[in-house]
Amino acid sequence: MNSLKSNSPTFQQLILKLQTFFAERGAVIQQPYDVEVGAGTMAPETFLRVLGPNPYKVAYVQPSRRPADGRYGENPNRLFKHLQLQVILKPPPENVQDLYLESLGAIGIDLRQHDIKFEEDNWESPTLGAWGIGWQVMLDGLEVTQFTYFQQCGGVDLDPISVELTYGLERLCAFLQDVDSIYDIVWARDPETGKQVKYGEVRLADEQQFSVYNFEAADVQSTWKHFELCEDECKKLIERYSALTKDKSEGDGNDVVREKARFPLLGAYDLCLKCSHYFNILDARGAISVTERVGVIARVRALAVGIAKAWMDQQHSTGKKTDSDRAAKPAAKEKKGKLAPVG
Amino acid sequence: MPDFLLEIGCEEIPARMIDAASLELRDRLSALLQRERLDPAGEISHLDTPRRLAVLASGIPASQPDITEQVNGPSAQVAYKDGQPTPAAHAFAKKVGVDVGKLEKVSTPKGEYLAATVKRKGRTAAEILAETLPKEISSLYWPKAMYWRKRGEVFVRPVRWLVAMLDEQVVPVELFGIAAGKTSRGHRIIGSKAGSETGSVAVSKPSAYVEALRGAKVLGVAEREQLIRKALDARTRTIPGARWREDKPLVASVVNLTEFPSVILGSFDPEFLDLPEEVLVTVMRDHQKYFAIEDANRKLLPHFLAVLNTAADSDGLIRHGNERVLRARFNDARFFWQTDQKQTLRQRVDLLRNVTFQKDLGSYYDKTMRVQHMASWLSETVKQSGMAVRPGVVHKAALLAKTDLTTELVKEFTELQGIVGALYARVQQFDEDMRPDVQLAISRAIYDHYKPESMEDSVPATVEGAVLSIADKADSIAGMFALGLIPSGSKDPFALRRQANGIVKTIAEKKLPFHLSEIMADARGRYQGSEAEKKFSNAAYAESVRSFFRERLEFYLKDARGYAYDVVSAVLAVDADDVVDAAARAEAVKNVRGSADFESISSAFKRMKNILRQAAEKTKIVSLRVDPACLQEESEKKLAALIPQTVATVDKLRAAHDYEAALREIASLRPAIDKFFDQVMVMVDDDNLRANRLALLQTVVKEFSTIADFSEIVTEGKESTK
Repeated sequence: MNSLKSNSPTFQQLILKLQTFFAERGAVIQQPYDVEVGAGTMAPETFLRVLGPNPYKVAYVQPSRRPADGRYGENPNRLFKHLQLQVILKPPPENVQDLYLESLGAIGIDLRQHDIKFEEDNWESPTLGAWGIGWQVMLDGLEVTQFTYFQQCGGVDLDPISVELTYGLERLCAFLQDVDSIYDIVWARDPETGKQVKYGEVRLADEQQFSVYNFEAADVQSTWKHFELCEDECKKLIERYSALTKDKSEGDGNDVVREKARFPLLGAYDLCLKCSHYFNILDARGAISVTERVGVIARVRALAVGIAKAWMDQQHSTGKKTDSDRAAKPAAKEKKGKLAPVG
Repeated sequence: MPDFLLEIGCEEIPARMIDAASLELRDRLSALLQRERLDPAGEISHLDTPRRLAVLASGIPASQPDITEQVNGPSAQVAYKDGQPTPAAHAFAKKVGVDVGKLEKVSTPKGEYLAATVKRKGRTAAEILAETLPKEISSLYWPKAMYWRKRGEVFVRPVRWLVAMLDEQVVPVELFGIAAGKTSRGHRIIGSKAGSETGSVAVSKPSAYVEALRGAKVLGVAEREQLIRKALDARTRTIPGARWREDKPLVASVVNLTEFPSVILGSFDPEFLDLPEEVLVTVMRDHQKYFAIEDANRKLLPHFLAVLNTAADSDGLIRHGNERVLRARFNDARFFWQTDQKQTLRQRVDLLRNVTFQKDLGSYYDKTMRVQHMASWLSETVKQSGMAVRPGVVHKAALLAKTDLTTELVKEFTELQGIVGALYARVQQFDEDMRPDVQLAISRAIYDHYKPESMEDSVPATVEGAVLSIADKADSIAGMFALGLIPSGSKDPFALRRQANGIVKTIAEKKLPFHLSEIMADARGRYQGSEAEKKFSNAAYAESVRSFFRERLEFYLKDARGYAYDVVSAVLAVDADDVVDAAARAEAVKNVRGSADFESISSAFKRMKNILRQAAEKTKIVSLRVDPACLQEESEKKLAALIPQTVATVDKLRAAHDYEAALREIASLRPAIDKFFDQVMVMVDDDNLRANRLALLQTVVKEFSTIADFSEIVTEGKESTK
């Protein structure tokens, strides 16, 4: 056991190794999305990328905030915000399970010395109108990865489908380092001095303060107001996009295509994510009554589904134009810039 | 004759689905072979693991037998004109592929017809299997399936390889973009030597398949189960006096999670034994798939058994990892337990306002209020019937029963709902002057109030628990039925049938003085004036609930109690509202039905009812009462005279719930009734006479059908009189 511990990676080495592994297999290594999300699935690099026909491979760390899961930093296994390593393989290669097992090898797990099982576990997110089929991967009795074949997202049947691998980084690292508390995980080790920085030093204050905020301090009224403002703006954007589609007949067809191509659906999606996060805070705060709850989830889903539909349309109509119009419309292309994960 | 092997290589199939799919695949293959006249000489065997479904049919014909058959054509008249074959004859000859000259004539009842003897060559098994198997495989039923290549093409998980062979030959099956071959795959990790990447297993011929897989560390189901059980025993024996808790569903589950199992013994800190056993076992069993170990007194020991999907744990790494996970889980549970104590159950009642019961039926707080009132009313009813019950216990237990839904422990381990509430109710300080035995009784009632969770499960141990359980379930059923969410066919998302079964079983076994219609009317009444009521749409509430419960009672009497269907029909035809009474009457009917008198009486009743029905159909008049002056024959006079005294005796016995004696009393009418039918004609022409005799029959049927409708009893065709 000590052998496992002594050469086990630090938290950041674990992340680097996994990123390197997938980079070497052709994935884009993205950076964490900078809007609050409850899971890596909600980042646009997953939610929007899995829609439509374009192949894509991406891996990124995603800090995932779940206000109700906060424990004031007192529980050794629970966090308000944990880190996921999220991988999307679209379409999934035939040997995707082998590829996954290799990634475990890459972080120093010799599978011949361990017990690995793929146990049925299907995934569903009512808020995103998304679901998939798959397993929880059990390593010596510990769930280390969620392995999902996405079937539907934003209410859209996927074609092709994607595989989503979600590595729970804290638990995986605690396993590798053989520590019982997340806060004892060695995050970094100075190669010269050997000085260690522990997870608790980096993150404990986060956990304490956000637990207080989410459970006690968040102002219910203004959180509701934020929710409604974001929802309202998001809805209006979705409506404006669909108005563009209907206006096709009038005016110059190319104008419509251009308008569509530069339409800020990504902005609308950020607003939807914010709604979801405010909902989670209100929920943790105990501010959502029974009768409201189902309704509020449905409201967020309506946004997500509306954006997914519009996004499919945008991809479709701009995709057709891209090649022939590339030279003619550099401005539109430019606009999307680096932010847009558009293929 | 060659052997046939089909192996569907798949990514891990959910453990719960493997057995049923395996059986279906065998059935499909067997039916296919029979249909195609390729019946195997030997057995159809199978080998299933999470990664494969394989079937092996030993000794099937290499091809279908040739068939010689006679095909009939046009009539001879049409086929020949002036002795020469007509175009019709030529066309027929062409169709069957026979020379015109070789056509035969056969005579049929309709005249002479052309015929040809056709020899049809049997097709090869390989050809047939390659053609038909894809459809059979694609048709396998899965509770949940997925697509991975294209939409519409679904299976439980992606299929990655296929093996299809007739002896050494590949059967060219193609499916999911995969061509079948002769290469299988072994165990994911230990199926090949370290360093060799492939993991592939060459299968030389079907009969070598099982051994080839064994070499690659893959075993069949039966062998895995045997291995697991032996290993569980062996590991347990290392602890003196210990035994592992038998758990068949768990064994079945781990058998189907492994290809090459072994077992390790792990331990945990005995300090965790302070946590309730229910919590510890749930964590081990439901979350980790570990077997619990107990001592001779059934007390839990600080050990567990984990089944691995690998050969050995030589460095103890796997044991260490599993112990670590369990420790974290137990720590969590302990943490939740302690956190939960910060708020008492009583304080949590208000939190139930934030827990949805059903979207249209409001919160668990609303439900708690309804159930509390109903349970109090029910316990009053019980008390008035003379049974011992503590209404105070029921009242308090009903208030607290659902509060554990707000606890961390139940949020984490939902299967412990009820149990956690009970455990907290036991340890928390209630009112200061509450007697410990009362507190214990409250805890007990909460503990049991989800019971019985199936027909096999036991009912609540105490009357208080039973009353609470019934009120809780009745409230759910009433709300759903009023909303129109009535179970139909396989659709019963709220498990209302199970809950109704629970009510019936609990009333029957606790012998509670409840009438189903009254309970359900009361449960419906508790929604009066609520928000939920505005959504109610079922105008035929009482009737739909009545027929629903009649079915449940029928199911209970037949399937749980084992009464014959005709006995149950006879009993429920009289009344299906009083469960205890119906069960008692069924028991009485069962006990007397074998006797000759009763058989004969049953036949006689059937006959009487037939006569009365026919009379009604022909609109014949039935007198309001039997007029003694109108009685002619000796036997009808005698029967009429017997009725009042028999009715009096039967009523007295019935009131004393001595149904068996009452039935014997009715059966004692047999000689009189037999004689009546021997000597008296009912449907005579004389209107008065007929009306009076019909009245006599009507009286008999009416007065003596208060325990069971005898005409429902099947009498093996024996008639009492001719």
